[in-house]
Amino acid sequence: MPNTPDLECRAISKSFDDFKAVKDVSFSVPQGTFFSILGPSGCGKTTLLRMIAGFQKPTGGDLLIKGNSVLEVPPNKRPVSMVFQHLALFPMMNIGANVGFGLRQRGVNKTDIKKQVERVLERVGLGGVADRPVSSLSGGQKQRVAIARCMVLEPDVLLLDEPLGALDLKLREHMKIELKQLQSEFNTTFVYITHDQSEALVMSDQIAVMNHGVFEQVGTAKELYYEPATAFVAGFVGEANRLRATFKSAEGGLLQMVTPEGRALGGVDAGQGLSPGETVEVFVRPEAVRLSRNAADVAQMGNTGQGRVENILFNGANSQLILRDQATGAEMNMALPQTGEFRDLERGAEIAFGWDPQQTRVYRSKGNAHGK
Amino acid sequence: MANDRAKLTFWLLLAPLMIWLLTLIVLPHLGMFLVSLREKVGVREYETSFANYAVFFNEPLYWNTFARTAYMSVTATALTLFIGFPIAYYIAKLTRGRTKTTLFLMCLIPFWVSELVRTFGWMILLRETGVISNVLQYLGLVGGPVEMLYNDAAIMTGLVYTSMLFMVVPLVTTLDSLDDSLIEAGYDLGASGFAILREIVIPHAMPGIVSGCIVVFMLSLGNYLTPILLGGKDSLWFTGLIYNQFITRFNWELGSAFGFLLLGLSSLIVFVGLKLSRQSLGKTMAQT
Repeated sequence: MPNTPDLECRAISKSFDDFKAVKDVSFSVPQGTFFSILGPSGCGKTTLLRMIAGFQKPTGGDLLIKGNSVLEVPPNKRPVSMVFQHLALFPMMNIGANVGFGLRQRGVNKTDIKKQVERVLERVGLGGVADRPVSSLSGGQKQRVAIARCMVLEPDVLLLDEPLGALDLKLREHMKIELKQLQSEFNTTFVYITHDQSEALVMSDQIAVMNHGVFEQVGTAKELYYEPATAFVAGFVGEANRLRATFKSAEGGLLQMVTPEGRALGGVDAGQGLSPGETVEVFVRPEAVRLSRNAADVAQMGNTGQGRVENILFNGANSQLILRDQATGAEMNMALPQTGEFRDLERGAEIAFGWDPQQTRVYRSKGNAHGK
Repeated sequence: MANDRAKLTFWLLLAPLMIWLLTLIVLPHLGMFLVSLREKVGVREYETSFANYAVFFNEPLYWNTFARTAYMSVTATALTLFIGFPIAYYIAKLTRGRTKTTLFLMCLIPFWVSELVRTFGWMILLRETGVISNVLQYLGLVGGPVEMLYNDAAIMTGLVYTSMLFMVVPLVTTLDSLDDSLIEAGYDLGASGFAILREIVIPHAMPGIVSGCIVVFMLSLGNYLTPILLGGKDSLWFTGLIYNQFITRFNWELGSAFGFLLLGLSSLIVFVGLKLSRQSLGKTMAQT
């Protein structure tokens, strides 16, 4: 079968005593995909990854690699390799011995190992370092050695357990791009787990958002950002303002809602089939909100309001404005355009804002607030 | 001014150590060395010579005992390592929290009683009318009483038992510092359990292994009680010979010479061990 996915999980689950860490998760990853599992800490993503690697045994479900079940295959026989969170390079060996470790276990002869190690190190841009100790490398170089150590074995699937977590911000930004390039160069299936949404959004072809042991949504970065399927995804991926309201009626695809303070809001149903009278959560992205000193400018936008500037978080192009909505008393977070128009805006100033109901997504309220 | 005070503080802090080293280690050894170079030529008449050392090399009993002590100590060290390593690995890697503390304590408990009492404990077990002999007779496995004391196996048992803690403690310390993900990475890259032990665990634990071995070897080589009590008259342990020269024969000159030979022997074997394992004494001691 040419279309067999590299990795397939069928209703896989894992329980520790009473606690269900992973609940009936099913997904498949086609060959050559950069697949990310994004979730807050404790959501079960590490458990899932360790089950794929073979360090933990699922309590239910099946796990297939290239169409063959690997449940009974021990980790040292599985065609998957893993890049560990702290890389786990062997400090007692030099770089060449680290990269050649897997080949030595397979009984490849010495001259072939040497050749293959040098070739893979060149591919990650580290030619000629084989004889140096691991400690002589910088953080980013260690990262590449860890990937080379796995890739030299030509695994069907490469697992990455938050490998960028230990790096500083600048290097992390750089490594995101590099990892993506390495993935397309090797054309290997990557399964990457992270709690950092920007890592997942930048690098992945497909992202699964995980929470409380289940996949909330699987999709491309754009789908997750613009069409989050659940309130959790809307809150976890990207920034969002969350408002509580009651669903009144639906008119021409738009939902009409009213906040407890009596403000009317318009929005679109995120596909949950809401019925009138339900309590809902309304999400709007900070960058979807338009600001104006003149209330008339935003009057035709559907959802409008008036607020007082509580705080200005200046961060260049990512500057934010925190407003106290006068009608609801709610705190709203919005992007502050750096076009110069609001350069002299000060704390305590009054400002009008508005946003399009089409950019407002409405979810059934679960009663408990989670996510960011 | 401040510099002078800092210097004074430094020397004051160092003083107890220096006094201890000088008065309890350097001076007695210097004295012993001088005594070992005295040859008795008449009543209260001495000459400086290496005659005492010559006695050692000319008398086969002496250097046979010397070689035997070295060989037995090396064997005891190796045995302690083979028995201690799995125990240390189990404590460091496979247990957590309370179990770990309890197991560690169990290694320590035998050391709450004196070495003499512990050795007598072994004698009660091993002697002809002892516990093991009686149990074997009761089970009908042997016809008459069996003497298990006064042989090399008994000495070895005693030495390994006495030094186990000094092997387990440094091993647990170094194995504890081995990151579990290194072992997992090894498995993930296709290694068998044995390959991981050989390529990852043992190289990591090497400083602990070496420092444990040095301590155990020194303790065995310098042990007096265990070989004499468990090995009896014929134990032929070098420390026994030294004791005889000093206490029984009042031949301090020869005893001192023997003492220096033992010091030379232990230094030589430790040096060879360090060279073979490619460790340095400083590194080994710093890591554990």
